[in-house]
Amino acid sequence: MRSVTDLIFRRRAGQLTATLARVLGIEQLELVEDVVQDAFIRALRVWPTAGIPSNPTAWLLTVAKHRAIDVVRREGRWREKHQEIESAILPAPPDQHAPRIYFTDEIDDDELRLIFATCHPALSRDSQVALTLKTAGGFGTTEIARAFLTSPTTIAQRLVRAKRNLRDAGVVLEIPTGDALQERLAPVLEVLYLMFNEGYSATAGEDLIRGELCAEAIRLVERLAAHPRTGSPTVHALASLFLFQAARLPARTSAGGDLLPLDEQNRSLWNRQTIRRALEHQQRSAGGNVVTPYHLQAEIASCHTLAPRFVDTPWKRILDCYDQLLLIDHSPVVALNRAVAAAHVEGPNAGLRLVGQLKQEPTLQSYHPLYAVEAELMWRAGNASAALRAVNTALNLVSSHPVRRYLEERKRLYSRAPTHSEEAGP
Amino acid sequence: MAEYMLLLHENPSGFEGLSPDEIQKVIGEYVAWRSSLAENGRLAGGKKLRDEGGRWLTKENGKVRVIDGPFSEANEVIGGFFLINAADYDEAVEISRSCPHLVYGGRIELREVEPTG
Repeated sequence: MRSVTDLIFRRRAGQLTATLARVLGIEQLELVEDVVQDAFIRALRVWPTAGIPSNPTAWLLTVAKHRAIDVVRREGRWREKHQEIESAILPAPPDQHAPRIYFTDEIDDDELRLIFATCHPALSRDSQVALTLKTAGGFGTTEIARAFLTSPTTIAQRLVRAKRNLRDAGVVLEIPTGDALQERLAPVLEVLYLMFNEGYSATAGEDLIRGELCAEAIRLVERLAAHPRTGSPTVHALASLFLFQAARLPARTSAGGDLLPLDEQNRSLWNRQTIRRALEHQQRSAGGNVVTPYHLQAEIASCHTLAPRFVDTPWKRILDCYDQLLLIDHSPVVALNRAVAAAHVEGPNAGLRLVGQLKQEPTLQSYHPLYAVEAELMWRAGNASAALRAVNTALNLVSSHPVRRYLEERKRLYSRAPTHSEEAGP
Repeated sequence: MAEYMLLLHENPSGFEGLSPDEIQKVIGEYVAWRSSLAENGRLAGGKKLRDEGGRWLTKENGKVRVIDGPFSEANEVIGGFFLINAADYDEAVEISRSCPHLVYGGRIELREVEPTG
């Protein structure tokens, strides 16, 4: 009996959803999801005893096709849709001369059309993310809820609303063209950015779903990058950002599940293949005449990932990038990251001055990295008691177990007397 | 060596809310169980019975009566079966203990098959 491991169910679910949405209509997304779910449930009921079919994908497609035909027949639309479903899901028989594209060629476009719809501006950002993960990503409601630290009910309701909003807004499945393309591409990239960051940053709990989110964000951005109409330099910049960061994932946690900062990571574990892909995308991202925040963030990420050792990190270059980034993205989080870079270049007190200003920012009041950074810089500047105060504030705000353990480790360090005073400045 | 049948009883509904990932994991467990049996020459076969009630036939008053068997309204139906080879009931029970059906389906009715010839 053949192995299931070479077939990724989640991927197939996404592809099936994309194609059936095109055939049945995006306004029928609810129905499309039911049909796809039915096909997988049938597989679950049949394959264990009957065995895995020799062509599992074809089996799933056939079941989905029949269900879809049942549905449109019930709705009386079978005459127009029946042929479309038949030809969309099976390859054209050799004696047919219709320019019918084979299923595998259509998939790419179908998937992109789907994410342009699920990321439509008519939906809230939360809805865009949830709907994209559910339909294109093939994630379950519970899995999405776990990733975003909310209840499955909340996600389920969010999805119902999102699908209703899509219908009400009359959204159609298409890869936008002309001026509309850039406009419609922006929210897609923002959704993928959120998806990747959710996966990359262990903001709470310890869950394996996170690696899957990164992988999905990378897969979709590379799809966009590969398509002639959507493969703009900005998309390549985002792809390179994801890949420079993802390359470091294998070294990020210790054997005990603890978070390792950059200066402690075993760089030989960083994935060379992923870095190569990142560099390719970065090269392609240079083709346009715009420098977007994604470009700058990718450059910063590459500065870290390409440094052979932590001491080789080009902090001045990173600081320059943050200077530019702050001009186009005035976010306090960017300013905080810049403060860290400034501290490396100009010494802890320079960083502390900036941190002091940021503590006035209302949006950062509950942002634990602000206090973690303050603690680290205070300690480096020789002020252990201030470092302890700051790390305690951070600990009160943190919810992720790996981050908590890391901060507690730092706290133990700051508590040791005498304090270690690092040399200031370059 | 004798042949044993594992009759897989289950509740007709269930599994509805599982995600593709979760479904893959469950199927993977069955695949692993089957593979380990096949490697030892213990797996003789398996069939899935279609998810519907089938037909019940009885002879009453000299006439054969045919009715649709219950499915969704039934508490328990036979979903399928596995056939295994084992030395005796003890071994057959050992093999059946690890069958994922006990986790994801319901009860297993284990019956020894009378040898032919």
